[in-house]
Amino acid sequence: MDLLEYQGKQLFAKYAIPVSDGKAVTDVQSAVDAANEIGYPVVIKAQVLVGGRGKAGGVKLATNEDEAREHATSILGLDIKGHVVEILWVEHASDIAEEYYASFTLDRAAKKHLGMLSAQGGVEIEVVAEENPDAISKIWIDPYIGLTKEQCVAWVDGAQLNPKARDGAVDILLKLYDVYVQGDCDLAEINPLILTPEGNVHALDAKVTLDENAQFRHEDWAEYESTQILDARELMAKEKGLNYIGLDGEIGIIGNGAGLVMSTLDIVNQVEGRPANFLDVGGGADADLLANAIEVVNSDENVKAIFLNIFGGITKCDDVANGVVQATSKVELKSPIVVRLDGTNVDQGRAILEANPNPKVVVASTMLDAAREAVRLSK
Amino acid sequence: MSIFVNKDTKVIYQGLTGSQGRFHGLRNRDYGTQVVAGTNPKKAGESVDGIPIFASVEQAKKETGATASCIFIPAPGVKGAVLEAANAGIEFIVVITEGVPSHDEAQFYNEVKTNFPDTFILGPNCPGIITPGECNIGIIPGQIALPGGPVGVVSRSGTLTYQAVHELSQRGIGQTTCVGIGGDPVPGVSHIDCLERFEADDETKAVIMIGEIGGSAEEDAAEFIANKMTKPVVAYVAGVTAPAGKKMGHAGAIISGGKGTAQGKMEALQAAGATVVLNPTEIGEAMAGVLENI
Repeated sequence: MDLLEYQGKQLFAKYAIPVSDGKAVTDVQSAVDAANEIGYPVVIKAQVLVGGRGKAGGVKLATNEDEAREHATSILGLDIKGHVVEILWVEHASDIAEEYYASFTLDRAAKKHLGMLSAQGGVEIEVVAEENPDAISKIWIDPYIGLTKEQCVAWVDGAQLNPKARDGAVDILLKLYDVYVQGDCDLAEINPLILTPEGNVHALDAKVTLDENAQFRHEDWAEYESTQILDARELMAKEKGLNYIGLDGEIGIIGNGAGLVMSTLDIVNQVEGRPANFLDVGGGADADLLANAIEVVNSDENVKAIFLNIFGGITKCDDVANGVVQATSKVELKSPIVVRLDGTNVDQGRAILEANPNPKVVVASTMLDAAREAVRLSK
Repeated sequence: MSIFVNKDTKVIYQGLTGSQGRFHGLRNRDYGTQVVAGTNPKKAGESVDGIPIFASVEQAKKETGATASCIFIPAPGVKGAVLEAANAGIEFIVVITEGVPSHDEAQFYNEVKTNFPDTFILGPNCPGIITPGECNIGIIPGQIALPGGPVGVVSRSGTLTYQAVHELSQRGIGQTTCVGIGGDPVPGVSHIDCLERFEADDETKAVIMIGEIGGSAEEDAAEFIANKMTKPVVAYVAGVTAPAGKKMGHAGAIISGGKGTAQGKMEALQAAGATVVLNPTEIGEAMAGVLENI
């Protein structure tokens, strides 16, 4: 789950990481009131979960009330790469002497936490990594031990920041590590981390991704739900407890097991179809779950054919076949559904489908045949 | 022969008294696995279909001599359960549970590695391990596997493992051991751990490796195959068409910063000399071809 900038900054503030005074608002008058209260100059920033806000006109400086009103009006409702701005963050403008980059994330290859720090901030770290990898100071932290102050000082020294920023950076990075670990973050990033002309270090931006698996120990995360951007299909799937990702093709995909569904997307592409979604019904899928899955995919207006791909392990093909029969009697299918069953009780499963003929249900024997048939039917 | 587990492996089920643990624990016992104990501090002294329940792993190990455990505890309790098993001296810990926070995984993986370097954690979020005809720990449907080798299977994906095993068995090709290492960000047992053991196992003549997008485990495995393996490998990688930045079901299956693409992984495996197939239903045929040439 990705947090908006202001949510990330509020999280940082709880750990005493210095951030600018600011306020989140959703209408122009509140933005002007907030600006007046904070004191000019202020920066008005679009709160969207995409990069490149500045270039798109989503970040503007206001030196007085008229400008604040003008900018708030122009940014609210702005479409930035398909994300419409509904929330503004108004904060006191900072003077910047230098811009740095700092982050913590998990290095899966090393199975340790990775801290990255660079004196070249304000730009995308991937660009720095590619063009000037030596400009990034890295540290690997054993999660069992944690980040010690000595380690942190050596890491900061390795990044060759302005000496004036040294103490402030060490302090912020130790706190950011706490945010990252205690906050169950997949990513905690500050870009830019700035040094002001007065010699203060503070977080000018916040990018935080939370690990949804840890929701059970973070009751306060509930407040982030309302700002998550899901499309209508994803919302419906989430309500039904389905593992669904919307894509933009015309073949609806349902399968059991993440790996099998991924390979189903691949095989559909291989025969020149385009998947409309990823939907994993998981192990032991029953008739109700299948009916829900079919309902979600069937509701997608772009879908012209559905490919149901099941390998029966613990899941039994006869249960799946019964689910298809039940689902198709409950839901009116807009497009044909190609069913490929294999594995446990496959013969019983196919027999059930044969005994309950439905012109919209087509049975295929292999994954490749099923993919071809689904693509053909979608034309 | 086999790797990691065989007919002599005695297994404790942590969470045997829960519905999932009971269902799969009893299935595993029916398959022939030595399911010797369950644990639950509140139900010590009771039994599940004749299997004794102990208060702790330590006690269960002392009474039964078990060396492996299988965890069916809900995600919030997994970290504690793994550490309990490791501290009790269990050498092979299988974690079936999905949805474990990645910070927990990173923490218990490193803690166990530091304090018990010879202990293996399989998973979390994995289907388990099966040595056909001898021992099945976890949720792999035992009936699709065929005993006797000569193929070893290692995979990040559950259903694709079943698909591959099914394809082999249908062609009369047996398996030595099939290991599902799971799709989470910090898996314990790696592709390389399995490849190393398959290479050393006399009965294994060839290996199937199934990977997916995300991380660099397949690239690392490719390097191992190129430098250390003499036995042929058939490989498949799922997720060629997965979009970047979207988690494809498994918490570990995500392409980020242009890294971890299926294309890159397949190229690395091909360059390492593995036979790379483009869809999972070709695995059986490709392996049959490889075995003919041995």
